[in-house]
Amino acid sequence: MEPIIEFSHYSFRYRSQKEPTLTDINLKIYPGEKILITGPSGCGKSTLAHCINALIPCSFAGETQGTLRVGGLDPKEAGVFGMSKVVGTVLQDTDGQFIGLTVAEDLAFALENDAVAQDEMFRKVDRVADIVDMKNFLRHSPSELSGGQKQRVSLGGVLVDDVKVLLFDEPLANLDPATGKHTIALIDDIRKSQNVTVVIIEHRVEDVLYKDVDRIIVMSEGRIAADMRPDELLCTDILPSHGVREPLYIAALKHAGCRLAPEDHPQHIETMRVDRYTQQVQNWFHAAPLPVRTNTNPAALELRGISFSYQPGEPVLNDISFMIRKGEMVSIVGKNGAGKSTTASLICGFHKPDRGEILLNGQDISPLSIKERGEKIGFVMQSPNQMISKAMISEEVGLGLAVRGVPQSEITERVNETLKICGLYPMRNWPVNALSFGQKKRVSIASILVMHPEILILDEPTAGQDYRHYTGIMEFLKQLNEQLGLTILMITHDMHLMLEYTDRAIVLADGQLIMDSTPAKVLTDEKAADRAYLKKTSLYDLAVKCGLKPDEFAERFIDYERAEGAEK
Amino acid sequence: MNRLLSFKEKDTWIHRLSGVTKLLFFLLWCITSALTYDTRVLIAMIIISLTIFVISKTEWKQVSTVFKLVMFFMVLNVIAIFIMSPYQGCAIYGSKTILAPFLPGHALTREELFYLFNVVIKYFTVTPAIFIFMVTTDPSEFAASMNGVGIPYSIAYSVAIALRYIPDIQDEYHKIKNAQEARGIEMSAKAKLTDRIRRTSSIIFPLLFSTMERIDVVSNAMELRGFGKKKKRTWYAHKDLRLADYLVIVFTVVFCVAALVLTFADGNRFWNPFG
Repeated sequence: MEPIIEFSHYSFRYRSQKEPTLTDINLKIYPGEKILITGPSGCGKSTLAHCINALIPCSFAGETQGTLRVGGLDPKEAGVFGMSKVVGTVLQDTDGQFIGLTVAEDLAFALENDAVAQDEMFRKVDRVADIVDMKNFLRHSPSELSGGQKQRVSLGGVLVDDVKVLLFDEPLANLDPATGKHTIALIDDIRKSQNVTVVIIEHRVEDVLYKDVDRIIVMSEGRIAADMRPDELLCTDILPSHGVREPLYIAALKHAGCRLAPEDHPQHIETMRVDRYTQQVQNWFHAAPLPVRTNTNPAALELRGISFSYQPGEPVLNDISFMIRKGEMVSIVGKNGAGKSTTASLICGFHKPDRGEILLNGQDISPLSIKERGEKIGFVMQSPNQMISKAMISEEVGLGLAVRGVPQSEITERVNETLKICGLYPMRNWPVNALSFGQKKRVSIASILVMHPEILILDEPTAGQDYRHYTGIMEFLKQLNEQLGLTILMITHDMHLMLEYTDRAIVLADGQLIMDSTPAKVLTDEKAADRAYLKKTSLYDLAVKCGLKPDEFAERFIDYERAEGAEK
Repeated sequence: MNRLLSFKEKDTWIHRLSGVTKLLFFLLWCITSALTYDTRVLIAMIIISLTIFVISKTEWKQVSTVFKLVMFFMVLNVIAIFIMSPYQGCAIYGSKTILAPFLPGHALTREELFYLFNVVIKYFTVTPAIFIFMVTTDPSEFAASMNGVGIPYSIAYSVAIALRYIPDIQDEYHKIKNAQEARGIEMSAKAKLTDRIRRTSSIIFPLLFSTMERIDVVSNAMELRGFGKKKKRTWYAHKDLRLADYLVIVFTVVFCVAALVLTFADGNRFWNPFG
């Protein structure tokens, strides 16, 4: 069989860069295959995707070597338009690629550009809406849809073209865990029913492996580091050694000292043969101490009976009460639209609760303005670009002090001190533009820390970042928490973050608080996980298969990983 | 959140009209209103405007903010006319009947009052027409209409896409404003005006950067799906003109021509009740 995508001795260098981003790529993908391409950020996996859909070299200029054939065409010659007939690309930003004003128009977008007659367009849109199960939403505008629904529309929008290859660029980045799972299932269904080749670029390997993939390509520093079947790859240490997180149950088995073999079918925990490892896992479980973490500090922040609605009669939060002790690291989790961000905006004073009170160190903060609360409760937005307004780093970090009329000498001193904590001191006179995304994130955190807040609230601190950057930011927050005793509250739908870095998770679903417990308990509680659109962790299944208590097993696993992380 | 003057889908015959029809009505209506000072015509136009406004089921809250803004400018306009040219009305109507002495050189005359009355009702003929046009026209269908009357589709589509992203940018603006306020960059009335103007940069720049980031994604996404590939483009939202459209167009043209004939029958744009 002829490969549908074939790279041979292919290299690419961006015009603005000295070193090539892709070096000597040799890769064959056959019609009907489902391929996962993974690797840390900067490994070249997105660049590879851009070569397939011809954004490289048509939109991002640079120099290519070697050959690339996609569906019999050379993307360089066919151009972005030509390739769009063969390759349908679904981007990670579900909002950005939703172009139409309604679902139907967005599905029709490619047809409109092809000047397809209107009645044929109606027919095709109906058919595709059926495939992606959005038929009842044709007149809806993007603001009325959930993230998962928007992604269905994006997928439909490329399916109208009868493409041969579906290319997904980090499809899971902006989705809550349960929605991500549905997306993976949908991709799998479409591959089978439409008979297309699927290429998924993603660093969340465990989530993609929810449904079978044929091969996993691991990229590292612009080269292909591995090209293997999942069952083989998971038995090696290739993923972790290249900065990609392996599935949790695999990590747990390895911690227990098990040497996995491809014939165990480790691709899915549900169907994996674990019987020959049961004893080893049990031994490990009993040998590892059950961690007890208690924090008996007084409350830093307390919400009592908070209710809120934007529109009368449509409550967003209903009688929410919880308490956060000094020095705790807590996550607020739940599906998109569950009221997580609203909770944060009530705490910061952006909105006033309809009922209930918020206490800071036992004091009601309702009389305080946004600005006054900002001195005690720091709020860090999801993207640093939403916060940075000054050209120089030290200026940006000092902004909050400058507008409060703090004398210049004190500003300099406090800015320097904060920059040292954040590891940005050597770059203090750099322009912000020169920083990477992760460094900008640090700047945005530093610009809040400089005001010495008692509590730090972060909205999705790790959204859209790979394992390495994610670890960098989270270790930094952990250090702030441990060394400065800062109380940290994080809004997230990242289950790893919650499991690994927080002491407690507050679970919201449909505006109600449904659970307030340790992350391990939350993620091994099937009911809560279902209601909050979380995904029960694979550690649960492994524990059940080995006849162990899931929550205690998860606790021990986290503790083990933390200790291992500390050693590094 | 309330969005200003944005399209809202409702089932009325006005919503069902084609965008071309509504655009034509809107333009002719505004031109007529701008040309005529004939009180009889203006009053007829107000009655028609308000009737259509009611039929279109437009809610007050959809337009209240902009209405207040229009009223503000109207009052400003009337005051300015009175200060600059207090006897404009006398010059127009050729008589001078002083009702009350106001300030030296600024006596209140019956003619000026009548002239200002005409200015005010002109506002009321046009404002409902703008509102109806904005809230009953589906932006994509409007873009399709514009393209249909010969405007290049890239221009027509940029109007539609601007309307598509305005709500997103409004949301982003509020988010950024809140976060910056928490950092101490006060934008509420508590801060001095000069400070507020100076500090707008701390909202504008982040807004600009995150918008640019978005533009990048959107333009790539559009290109990947073939936007700009061909010279022509079809529209999902396109509506053919139907009987109701032709009726409305004929009515509008007849009405506007009749209004102008009536207005200019006596040789000028004004209707003089004093002579």
